Amino acid sequence: MSGEESQWLTVLIAVLGGAIRVGTPFLFVSLGECLTEKSGRINLGLEGNLIMGAMAGYGVAWITGSAWLGVLAAGATGVVLGFVHALLCQQPRVNDIAVGIALMILGTGLAFFIGKPLIQPTAPHLPALHLGAWSDNPALRAALEINALFIVGVLLAPAMAWFFKSSRWGLAIRTVGESDDAARAMGLNVNGVRMLATMAGGFLAGVGGAFLSLYYPGGWSEGLSSGQGLMAVALVIFARWDPMRCLYASLLFGGAGALGPSLQAVGVTSGYYLFNAAPYVLTLILMIAASSTKVRSGMPGSLAAR
Amino acid sequence: MKNTKLDMQQDYAIDQSRRGTLKGLAGLGLGALAGGLGIGNAVAASKVTMGFLYVGPRDDYGYNQAHFEGKSAIAKQSWIKAVDQENVPETIAVQKAMESMINLDGAQVIFPTSFGYFDPHILKIAPKYPDVMFLHCGGLYDANKHPKNVGSYFGYIDEAVYISGIVAGHTSKTGKLGYIAAIPIPQVLRNINNFTMAARSVNPKITVQVVFTGGWSNPVKEAESANSLIDQGVDVLTCHVDSPKVVVETAEKRGVFSCGYHADQSKLAPKGFLTGAEWNWSKIYLDYATMIAKKQKIPNLIRGGFKEGLVKSSPYGKVVSAKAKAHADKVRAQFMKGDFVVYQGPIKDNTGREVIPKGKSYGQTDYWLETMDWLVEGVVGKTKG
Repeated sequence: MSGEESQWLTVLIAVLGGAIRVGTPFLFVSLGECLTEKSGRINLGLEGNLIMGAMAGYGVAWITGSAWLGVLAAGATGVVLGFVHALLCQQPRVNDIAVGIALMILGTGLAFFIGKPLIQPTAPHLPALHLGAWSDNPALRAALEINALFIVGVLLAPAMAWFFKSSRWGLAIRTVGESDDAARAMGLNVNGVRMLATMAGGFLAGVGGAFLSLYYPGGWSEGLSSGQGLMAVALVIFARWDPMRCLYASLLFGGAGALGPSLQAVGVTSGYYLFNAAPYVLTLILMIAASSTKVRSGMPGSLAAR
Repeated sequence: MKNTKLDMQQDYAIDQSRRGTLKGLAGLGLGALAGGLGIGNAVAASKVTMGFLYVGPRDDYGYNQAHFEGKSAIAKQSWIKAVDQENVPETIAVQKAMESMINLDGAQVIFPTSFGYFDPHILKIAPKYPDVMFLHCGGLYDANKHPKNVGSYFGYIDEAVYISGIVAGHTSKTGKLGYIAAIPIPQVLRNINNFTMAARSVNPKITVQVVFTGGWSNPVKEAESANSLIDQGVDVLTCHVDSPKVVVETAEKRGVFSCGYHADQSKLAPKGFLTGAEWNWSKIYLDYATMIAKKQKIPNLIRGGFKEGLVKSSPYGKVVSAKAKAHADKVRAQFMKGDFVVYQGPIKDNTGREVIPKGKSYGQTDYWLETMDWLVEGVVGKTKG
């Protein structure tokens, strides 16, 4: 293989690996947000869930010595934050976006504060599945070291799509999301459904945080999330509230995040600021594209009504 | 609880600066304020009070931890009172924090340790407090332009990076080294150049692949960069970011070697850790305190490397060969004597331009080196994006 070819192969493998490694937290947060938004509420606070989940997951994994208990703890933290969001939002004249921003700031600050003693210790990491064992290319083997959480996420997307489309509960969430009045006429408890959807969404975002601290990049530090939770929320709009599209979009964003570093690693050194900014540029482009009315077709009715 | 107290301090600091501007108008209020301040200063006068500000957390396994370790070492002295604040952003927040340390804790000297604190923040506050010394960690001070009570200190950590480069050069099998750096500023470029020249002094065929992540703390990008470099065949990684933890851990996970930076990361990579460049701030902080206690004039500019005790190398890892150790120790001894010159012509940059002609050399203290904007031959990377 010529040098040039192997370089492009490296970039390709890095983007593939990045899609899987960097994309997993996006996937969990966006699925969580998708679930919450389907019930007619926006929870911008998932960035807070992600960071709190990362911190709590790391702390519990370190104390108990079990990474999977850490994942559970991260999810539980997300449930608590989701509960607070839902509880506040069902009060009269409370704006869910404002509550979300407040919870994002609370979650971030709280995680930094409680997480102080967790920066130094090394907690057990989540195990990886070596799906690339058949290849003798070490780069490909590394890219195909896949975490079980990624597989859970990938299976979760079609499961959620089926849940919305074909299950009784999914119908309840969609109804609540489309119209309060119609849901009440059907005898559904609007606030109850929304609370459950927000808590479940919070759980998923918390698990996404555990992936960050317990697998990739691993370790707890205050720069760990740097806005990934917010980008995942934007991604849901691009995905038109469709879980399968959330999956594709997460992989796309993950790959875009890996592009900048990998291009520099093979010696393409021009324009690295631009390539490093690729995920953000992508977010902006998608938001502009998504603001056209055609794309908003999948939007839950009670979100569109505002 | 601690945060609440801090916020109150900051608010109080704003109040004070507002009162400062009203000085001429409100004589009565001023009298009360001066009285209050007088008491604070009298208590502080018995001790040397020093204030430290860090841009990140105290225990980040990196840059901020190195400063915090220096501060903690001197805080053990009974005659020194050292106060510090972490996570101070490079915004007006650092001005408030500095004023609060001066007005409430009675700090006689302030150490704003982050690069971005200097301009405009230190330059704005320093003229307001002519009796307080502001010592910035970095290379931005200029005696012709800046106030007399401002100064700077910095270690020639590139000397220790040079030692890392020697060890890396001896250890690498693929001849490809990787450098993950935040932003192409002179101090970063100088480290990359030193590392490269040291490795190439062992094996002239070695190349160093640079990735700029664009920020001082971005764990996901650092991990991605490390993985891409390793995929590309790099077998020794080092970095210049705030916390090398992610890079060193990723290298260990992927089974390649790593050199640390800022603080000791040997614990993070028991198999692949080679050595690292570390700061040794406790010495200079103690020197400053002694100067203040003896009422000596504090020099505006302090620089130093191995010889002055400002930098050190992390202990060698298990995999470092005896030959590499001998070579590294020899060069370190030359640094200690002060007769090793890294930047000795002819030196070409990586575009083929001759930057230092034959016969010309720049000693360690030469200010020209602090304006570096080029990458030496053997580096794969660009200073401008």
